[in-house]
Amino acid sequence: MIPEIGQFALILALSLAICQGVLPLIGAHRNDTAMMSVGNTAALGQLVFVAVAFGCLTWAFVSSDFSVLYVANHSQLSLPTIYKISAVWGAHEGSLLMWILILAAWTVAVSRYSSELPESFAARVVGVLGLLSVGFLLFILLTSNPFDRLSPPAADGADLNPLLQDPGLAIHPPLLYIGYVGFSVAFAFAIAAMLSGNLDQRWAKWTRPWTTLAWMFLTLGIMLGSWWAYYELGWGGWWFWDPVENASFMPWLIGTALIHSLAVTERRGLFKSWTLLLAITAFSLSLLGTFLVRSGIIVSVHAFATDPTRGFFILAFLAVVIVGALILYAWRAPSLDSDAGFGLLSRETFLLLNNVLLVVAATLVLMGTLAPLVIELLNGGKISIGPPWFEVAFLVPMIPLVLLLGVGMHTAWRKQDARPWVALLRIPAIAAVLLGIIIPLMFYGRTSLLMVVGVSAALWIIATSLIQPIRSIRRKDGSTGITRSALGMSVAHLGMGLFVLGVTITSAFNVESDRALTPGQSTEVGGYDFEMVELRNVEGPNYSAIEAEIEIRRDGEFVATVRPQKRQYLVQKNWMTEAGIYVTWNKDLFVALGDQLGNGAWSVRVQYKPMIRFIWFGAIIMALGGLVAVSDRRYRLKARKTSAAGQSVAESA
Amino acid sequence: MKPRHQRMLAVGLALTGVAIAAAFTLRAFQDNMMFFVDISDVIAGDYPRQRNFRIGGLVVDGSVQREEGSLDLRFRVTDMNCELPVSYVGVLPDLFREGQGVVAHGRLGGDGVFVADKILAKHDENYMAPEVADSLAKHVEGKTAGLRTGDTGCVTP
Repeated sequence: MIPEIGQFALILALSLAICQGVLPLIGAHRNDTAMMSVGNTAALGQLVFVAVAFGCLTWAFVSSDFSVLYVANHSQLSLPTIYKISAVWGAHEGSLLMWILILAAWTVAVSRYSSELPESFAARVVGVLGLLSVGFLLFILLTSNPFDRLSPPAADGADLNPLLQDPGLAIHPPLLYIGYVGFSVAFAFAIAAMLSGNLDQRWAKWTRPWTTLAWMFLTLGIMLGSWWAYYELGWGGWWFWDPVENASFMPWLIGTALIHSLAVTERRGLFKSWTLLLAITAFSLSLLGTFLVRSGIIVSVHAFATDPTRGFFILAFLAVVIVGALILYAWRAPSLDSDAGFGLLSRETFLLLNNVLLVVAATLVLMGTLAPLVIELLNGGKISIGPPWFEVAFLVPMIPLVLLLGVGMHTAWRKQDARPWVALLRIPAIAAVLLGIIIPLMFYGRTSLLMVVGVSAALWIIATSLIQPIRSIRRKDGSTGITRSALGMSVAHLGMGLFVLGVTITSAFNVESDRALTPGQSTEVGGYDFEMVELRNVEGPNYSAIEAEIEIRRDGEFVATVRPQKRQYLVQKNWMTEAGIYVTWNKDLFVALGDQLGNGAWSVRVQYKPMIRFIWFGAIIMALGGLVAVSDRRYRLKARKTSAAGQSVAESA
Repeated sequence: MKPRHQRMLAVGLALTGVAIAAAFTLRAFQDNMMFFVDISDVIAGDYPRQRNFRIGGLVVDGSVQREEGSLDLRFRVTDMNCELPVSYVGVLPDLFREGQGVVAHGRLGGDGVFVADKILAKHDENYMAPEVADSLAKHVEGKTAGLRTGDTGCVTP
């Protein structure tokens, strides 16, 4: 009964989505207030019904209702309750339902905090979001119904993929989706602006907080995915350039470009059509990502679902959205000219470079991701593009990007006078280069050109992003300090610096080695001795495991004990590696159990990973920067009508 | 800067960026492309020399041999037509098992043994890398169509 309620709720949500997608758009065109206001109510109703459907599916999982096919395929009686809940979005149908729920939630949030927007503009935004929702609801109802029944019901489920039975993966998809779907808001704002034909600077101001929020969630989502892959896929890599990872990374790159381009559009009224194009692209890449993941078209560890109907539906949807948006763009964009100019040495120039480099980076990732597909379609054989290519190709735009970043932050809008600028940046630049040479040598005993570049670049970003906050703290009187949005920028860039530092040091100095160990034996990796003390059997709720106790010593001195496991899950009979990791702020010591080698020996993979935590910590700081920027009073999203009086203060940076 | 100059600067920068990226990518693609080669083709001598490539198929039942207590491993992979011996040193992925699909990166040694530097087994029981599935299907179809085993000139070493 409950699953049918869920199914029915989805159908109701679809009818509401149709109202929400059609009526406000017509209303905005005819300037009919009554029709426009339907959108907000319909959006709220849609959220309620999608939430009911989501609740029904969750209930089916928690109560182990194996008469529902999706539940029977992805759950199991002895699965811990927390994973029964996260199993809801553990596979295709449920994650799609979550996508729709998040879209509905964003829509309600936008319609609720849109009192500053002209009525017709808000109505168009809600309408466009409604149309997107129609597409996804049709997709789920026609091709991927999570409530399909299984008759006769299964006695027990087939279990959730053990890889997904992990706290990190329980929250990674929701965050990632909030980010992905959040770009639909920027997209809807862009479409609404083009439909109304009125694209002034206020448009950028309205779009910015939403885009930054979406970007923030996407950053956190990607970071969690990377962290999960590091400890759960078992082998200690933090980024694999897997198509599915790339699918989330491309919208991030374009989203980052969009945030920066929006800054120019808001402040100076420049780059308008470019900003629109980025907003369209960011969301299109989110959809493309869904297509790549869900169609199983690309060889990938994540692409479980291999269903051409689904792939075809998304491809068609993608085509409608992108082609529609681009036609609108081609029609409207030429009228968006601006007469404002800027000097060669100005923040505008640096933000332009930022955009070019980020777009180049995203293009490279896209090419690398799609190349195997294209070459196969052209009968060029089956190829794969390995991480080495991505690593090198990606560095090409990234090195200038991070170097210019530090400069751009301290360059004025319109025109910057060169002399004070050089005076300000000279010292951090010299310090960064010197420390970039010294640090690898001092702490790790060797260096290379790439390392000097990497470490210097990281320190350069860190130093330049601290200048403004420090000045603000040290200012004398009650003069206006740093604005939230400038502080947010500094914090996000600081995070970027920490990230670059982590990436550089980890990739340069990580030590990885496969060894054979029997209990009582020890082996040395990266200056640490790893002794296998003993092996024992451990029973978990839905798995049994072999656990090794490994003592780590340095120069005879005890450092830590780690307990890597090899788990066999009882239902699917899969073997799973649970790494044992000893974490400190500046290094990870990572041990994973391999296989039984005979003679009581086991293969183990031992790794020394210096500074790897900086990668994820840096990403968290970046996201935090986004949050700080959104909290700027300029963007404060209020349901009430705001007066213009409070805004004059927050104008500097 | 005048808007016109500004646009020209933008276009110029974009074009330069794209040109550099394109040139670079094409060059680097050449070096990093890794072809997937059917095992039957490897046996027939039709594989890229002097560079790494990928093979895939099923791990032959009973073929996994390991020197007691060492990381050295040998096994055979079949595409249902030919078998190729593979050697590997290191930790195996969790889903590596006899009778299951596997993909290996590496190159062919002079003795006809494929020396793998990386072994991939997929994370899902039911999922097989599409190229492996294709490769197997081709030969299974060939057999059911009445062709004799070893029709493609396979000489099992």
